[in-house]
Amino acid sequence: MKSDIVLLGHGSGGRLSHQLLDELIVPTLSGLGPREQNDSAVLAHGGGRLAFTTDSYVVDPIFFPGGNIGDLAIHGTVNDLAMVGARPLAISVGLILEEGLPLADLKTILESMRAAAQKAGVAIVTGDTKVVPRGKGDKVFINTAGIGVFDHELDIKGSGARLGDKVIINGSVGDHGMAVLASREGLALESDIRSDSAPLNHLVADLLREAGSAVHALRDPTRGGVATTLKEIALQSQVDITLEEAAIPVNDAVGGACAILGLDPLFVANEGKLLAVVAAEAAGAALAVMQRHPEGQGAAIIGEVTGASSGKVFLRTAIGGRRAIEMLAGEQLPRIC
Amino acid sequence: MKYTTEFRDPAVAQKLLASIHQTVAGFTGTMTLMEVCGTHTMAIYQHGIRSLLPESIRLISGPGCPVCVTPVDYVDHAVALARRPGTIVATFGDMVRVPGSSSSLLQEKARGADVRVVYSPLDAVALAQKHPAQAVVFLGVGFETTAPTIAGSIIEAKRRGVNNYFVLPAHKTIPGPMAILADDPQLKVEGYLCPAHVSAIIGARAYEPLARDHRVPCVVTGFEPLDLLQGVAMLARQIVAGEARVEIQYSRIVKKEGNARARQILYEVFEPCDARWRGIGVIPGSGLGIRAAYAAFDAARQLPVKVEESKEHAGCLCGEILKGKVTPKECPLFRTACTPENPVGACMVSSEGTCAAEYKYGT
Repeated sequence: MKSDIVLLGHGSGGRLSHQLLDELIVPTLSGLGPREQNDSAVLAHGGGRLAFTTDSYVVDPIFFPGGNIGDLAIHGTVNDLAMVGARPLAISVGLILEEGLPLADLKTILESMRAAAQKAGVAIVTGDTKVVPRGKGDKVFINTAGIGVFDHELDIKGSGARLGDKVIINGSVGDHGMAVLASREGLALESDIRSDSAPLNHLVADLLREAGSAVHALRDPTRGGVATTLKEIALQSQVDITLEEAAIPVNDAVGGACAILGLDPLFVANEGKLLAVVAAEAAGAALAVMQRHPEGQGAAIIGEVTGASSGKVFLRTAIGGRRAIEMLAGEQLPRIC
Repeated sequence: MKYTTEFRDPAVAQKLLASIHQTVAGFTGTMTLMEVCGTHTMAIYQHGIRSLLPESIRLISGPGCPVCVTPVDYVDHAVALARRPGTIVATFGDMVRVPGSSSSLLQEKARGADVRVVYSPLDAVALAQKHPAQAVVFLGVGFETTAPTIAGSIIEAKRRGVNNYFVLPAHKTIPGPMAILADDPQLKVEGYLCPAHVSAIIGARAYEPLARDHRVPCVVTGFEPLDLLQGVAMLARQIVAGEARVEIQYSRIVKKEGNARARQILYEVFEPCDARWRGIGVIPGSGLGIRAAYAAFDAARQLPVKVEESKEHAGCLCGEILKGKVTPKECPLFRTACTPENPVGACMVSSEGTCAAEYKYGT
């Protein structure tokens, strides 16, 4: 039953989102092919390059363990710039506020944004505020745009993965998605799951300084999780990737909550994680530099590029089985029993 | 989580696999084992278990996904209720994507209907208390696992005097179709991996007639990879020895006698009725209807709506897939007209459906 209207799943970051982008939005707005779509656009300017990105934040609830919609918006935009290897320079903030939002809540959100920007070393330089009638929005929506500059000549992109490369993640998967889910009304999980929301630009700067041209692709596995993001990289690079389940870090509480709800942590959103595809000979050094950084202490090599052509992702399971990994289809929904 | 990790130990998995290979070493032909529970299906795919078993062991998926076996007219009924003014439809997640004849709850939600995903039927009772001017209908789908909690929600609603909470019942009980499929000569089911959660309620004794009268070995099996491998090993041993007994692999949870208290709550509210299973048809006594004493909570009786004429989708082989006669890859719609984003049949919708599992994890 193909939908003729927008569904929530169109915003999941998974296959339905890709369909909407590839079949309607991108062809109508620009001629960009799927292989060229990265977290930021890279623009030639005055003999150098600029990175440019935009994102919107509509998270519910707006406050969750480990962060709120404000610092999430700054981190997300900083990270999108960092994932093409750019140094974030400036951010714009568009606030869409729903009538009735307590000003105290707004103040908390704004202070979080300022603190997050300071930590990332990026300036909030312009913005806009609109108010919509009660019921026409969901407390607060935030749109951001970010500009970054390049301090190097490296070309980091989703289509850059090569045969033999190692896949590294900077820590445990699924923390943000489960923290938000757990704090939603009606789901009382007795755990201390916290969002991993964090700026990754300093980590990326260290990584590029250490591993330089050995870093072939970077991407932050936000909506759709690690599975969907690696599938994107595999398709863009036309390679096969094989993951080792036993090597993928998952916090006990997140793993337990996923097991209860029938969710797969590989498909759950992250906001402070990156996947780095790095040449095999530099993988050890890249891992070490990540593990020395506060945002990468749980870093691990979780897989490698094992084939050169088909765009498939496989998982070798903890007990030695093998299965394919696809993009998230629609929204992840808790199972019935 | 340590509790879970212990059931994923690769060294123990290798030992169990060696034992399975040894058991079937002299066995000629193919041993067909059916897993009856959707969570088993998903776990088998998720852990890549098929890729580890000897070729002579064939695992097929049975009618154990509650969403998948729910007939299309039930979805149409739920859609009609979602369109009813002043009505909130509350449901476990999987049901919202199931296609009815012309719409789904997800589509109705996008068009403005009030459809809420809840994690417990008690959340739906709370929703009814919060919105006293509206009718809150909970979709009562599931097997013996979920039926007691839904029965409990009705008892609780009565206790709290919540008169705007309703359940649209479509509960089913699992042993009936297992007996029918055991007798199907086309299928040749030689062993059942019996469901874990359901068995915790009904008890392993519920499968004794199946083993005795239909000569099918039954092993109540848990969901972790080592549970599944051990369950397969136990079935293989019985089959090679020519036995047909009920064994409990999942003994840390399941007892022979099950959970009498849960069954008492279940049958306080529900009574056996005939039920239609997608792909199998009507099985007498295999459903659970709301008893007359609780009729005030029955959405089908209390909230009359006009339900569209139901039609199955042409070419959809969900029925045959649910009976284990056809694999997802053999369905002409699989991966073409039928995908998780645009599912034609229920087996592609539910996260525990065979087609969804094959699509998501199949190699």
